[in-house]
Amino acid sequence: MSESNASATRITPGNALRPEDIASSSAKPTAEVAEYALRLGDDSLILAQRLGWWISRAPELEEDVALGNIALDLMGHARSFLTYAGHAWGKTEDDLAYLRREPEFRSAHLFEQPNGDFARTIARQLVVSHYQFELYSRLVESTDATLAAIAAKAVKEVDYHRDHASQWVRRLAQGTEESHNRMISGLTLTWPYVEELFTDDPLIDSLGDAAVLPSTLRKPFDALITALFAEAELQVPAVPGAIGGGRHGCHSEHLGYILAEMQVLAREHPGATW
Amino acid sequence: MTGGSTTGDDGAKAPSTGVHEKREPWPLWEVFVRSSRGLSHVHAGSLHAPDAEMAVRNARDLYTRRNEGVSLWVVPASAIVSSDPDAKGQFFESSQGKDYRHATYYTKSDGVKHL
Amino acid sequence: MAVAEDQADISAGEEQFNSLIAQDSRIEPRDWMPEAYRKSLTRQISQHAHSEIIGMQPEANWISRAPSLKRKAILMAKVQDEAGHGLYLYSAAETLGTSRDKMTEDLIAGKARYSSIFNYPALTWADMGAIGWLVDGAAIANQVPLCRASYGPYGRAMVRICKEESFHQRQGFEILLELANGTQAQRDMAQDAVNRWYAPSLMMFGPPDDDSPNSQQSMAWNIKRFSNDELRSRFVGMMVEQVRVLGLTLPDKDIRFNDETEKWEHGPLDWNEFKEVLAGRGPCNAQRMERRREAHEEGAWVREAAVAYADKQAKHSQQKAA
Repeated sequence: MSESNASATRITPGNALRPEDIASSSAKPTAEVAEYALRLGDDSLILAQRLGWWISRAPELEEDVALGNIALDLMGHARSFLTYAGHAWGKTEDDLAYLRREPEFRSAHLFEQPNGDFARTIARQLVVSHYQFELYSRLVESTDATLAAIAAKAVKEVDYHRDHASQWVRRLAQGTEESHNRMISGLTLTWPYVEELFTDDPLIDSLGDAAVLPSTLRKPFDALITALFAEAELQVPAVPGAIGGGRHGCHSEHLGYILAEMQVLAREHPGATW
Repeated sequence: MTGGSTTGDDGAKAPSTGVHEKREPWPLWEVFVRSSRGLSHVHAGSLHAPDAEMAVRNARDLYTRRNEGVSLWVVPASAIVSSDPDAKGQFFESSQGKDYRHATYYTKSDGVKHL
Repeated sequence: MAVAEDQADISAGEEQFNSLIAQDSRIEPRDWMPEAYRKSLTRQISQHAHSEIIGMQPEANWISRAPSLKRKAILMAKVQDEAGHGLYLYSAAETLGTSRDKMTEDLIAGKARYSSIFNYPALTWADMGAIGWLVDGAAIANQVPLCRASYGPYGRAMVRICKEESFHQRQGFEILLELANGTQAQRDMAQDAVNRWYAPSLMMFGPPDDDSPNSQQSMAWNIKRFSNDELRSRFVGMMVEQVRVLGLTLPDKDIRFNDETEKWEHGPLDWNEFKEVLAGRGPCNAQRMERRREAHEEGAWVREAAVAYADKQAKHSQQKAA
C-alpha cells in the first residue's frame, strides 16, 4: 500500500463561484442593488459571526463540524454580497465589514439574536434557513446577473441548512421532556423577529425584478414551517412580532457588541493589510 | 465468522462503554464514500450519530468537506460481519498459488495481438 | 477453554504479531496484540485526539476578531478541521476497545493528557500565524512519520489528517509573512508571537531522548519512527530556512548546524517549565479544561434527546411493521 493511497478519498477544491471571482469581475451594481446586496450580505455575516462561537462548544464533535460548515457557507455568501455591493462605492468586503458603524449595517434583528442554548440556535437556524431558501430560490431569476449567480450557489447550501435545522427541531421537540421544553422556549424567543424578514419597503419596490419582494415569501415559509411543526407536534409561538428596523440601520442592542468584537483589531490598525 | 461491533475496515472489538456510564452514547457508524461516478464506495472512516438520518448527514459534514465524494453510505458498525483474523489460513490460503487464474500465467501467447 | 490451549493461542498470536512487526507490516484491530501495545497505543492516540480538541480553543479565541473576512473564513475552517481530526483519532483509538465517551470522561476528569503547548494563551492575532507556522509545523513533522505507524487505523487517520493539514501550516506562515511586511506594529506583533511560541513548539517533540522512557519501546513496535531529538533537530533546520523568508528571527542564539553530526542544534530548553505545564500549572490549563467540560456537560441534554428520539422512532417503525 503506497502512503498516498492509504487514505481512501481524494480531495479537490471543486469549482464554484467564489467571493474572489466577484472581486475580480467588473460588474458594478446600481446604488439600489448595492444597498440590497448589503442587506443580504449583512444578514449572513452577522449570523456567521454568531455561529462561529459554536466551533469548539457544540454538543458533540460531529456537530462542531456541522455548524462550522454552515457558518462557512454563510461567510461565503456574505463575502460575495459585500464584495459586489462594494463595487458601487469603490470599497472592499473588508471596508464594509470592518469600517462601517452600527447604523450603517443593514442586518435584520433575527440574525443578531444571541446563540442561547443549542435549541435557541436551532430555532434561529430554522427560520433563517427557510427564509433564505425561499429568497434565494427566487433570486436566481434576478435581472441582476451577479445577484442571480450568488443566489444560485447559495440556494443549494441553504437547502442543506434547512434540512439540518429541521432534523434537529424534530429531535429536540420529540426527544426528552427537557429538550422539548427548551425547543419551545427557543422558538418563543425567536419568533418575535420573524416578521421583519417578510416586510417590504420602498427600496425593494424600486428594484423591480432585480430583487425579491419579502412579503411574497411568507406564504411558502409558513406552509413549510406549519408542516414541520405538525409533524413535530409543535405550535407556532403566539407572540407578537417585534418592530424591526435593521434594514434602515436601527438595530437590536446586541449588534453593538457583535461589531465591537468583530472590528476591534481591524480598527486598531487603520490601513493595515492582513 | 464473527459478528458484533466493528470499527476500522476489518473490524474491531466491541468498544466498551464503561460500566459507570449512565447515559447511552451515540452508536458508532462506518462511512463509505464514492469519490466520483463509476467508482465503488470506499471505506473512509467512522463517526458517532444517534440514528441513520443523522449519521449520513454527519458523514457529509465530516468526510466530504473537501469535495471528496458524490455519494455516501453509512452502516452501523455493529452490523458489519467480518472474517476471523485467526482463520486467515483457512480463508485465504486457497487463492494463493493458483497462477492459472491470471492472464500473466499464459506466456506462450505473448505478442499475439488482440488477445 | 483449557488453560494450556489458551496459552497456545496467545503464543501463536504473539508469534504472528512479532512477525508482522518484523516485516514492517500493519497490525489491524482484530489481530492479537500484546496488552502493553494496546495500552500504549490507546494512550498515545487518545492524547493525540485530546490535543486536537483542546487545541481548537486558543484559535477559536480569535475567530470572532479575525481582522479580515478571508482570514475569518480560513480560521473557522482550520479550527473546524481540528474537530474533525480529533474525531478521526478518537475513532482510531476506539478500534482498540475504549469508547470515545470514556476517553472524553477521562479528559474532563483531568485523568488524560494532551499536548502541553495548548496551555499557553493566544494573546494577539500574530499568534494565529505562529501557531500555524510553528505549532502545526512541529505537529506535522511529528505526524508525517506516524502515517507509517504499525497500527493500521492510526496510520490511516494520520494520512487523512496530514492531507488536510497541509493548508494549516501554510496559512500560518502567510499570516506572519503579511504581518512581517506590514506596519511596525504588525512586525512587532509577529516577532513577539514567534518569540513566545518558539520554545514551546520545540518541546512538542517530547523530552530529550535520554529522558524519554517510552520512546524505545514505541520505536521497537514501529509506532514511532524517529527519536524526539532527531525530529526536533530536523524541525529546527526547517525553521531556520523559513524564518529568513519571513524576515523575522528565532529567539535562540545557539542554533547551529553541527558539521560532525550533520544535525541542527538549538539552545537549552526549559524542561522544568515543560513539566510544570504538563503537571497542570500552565497559564491556561484550568481554563481549557473548564471550557471542554462545559461544552460536554451543556451538550448532554442534546445528546440524550437525540438518543430518546431515535429509540422512539425505532419503536414506532417496529409497531408499524408488526
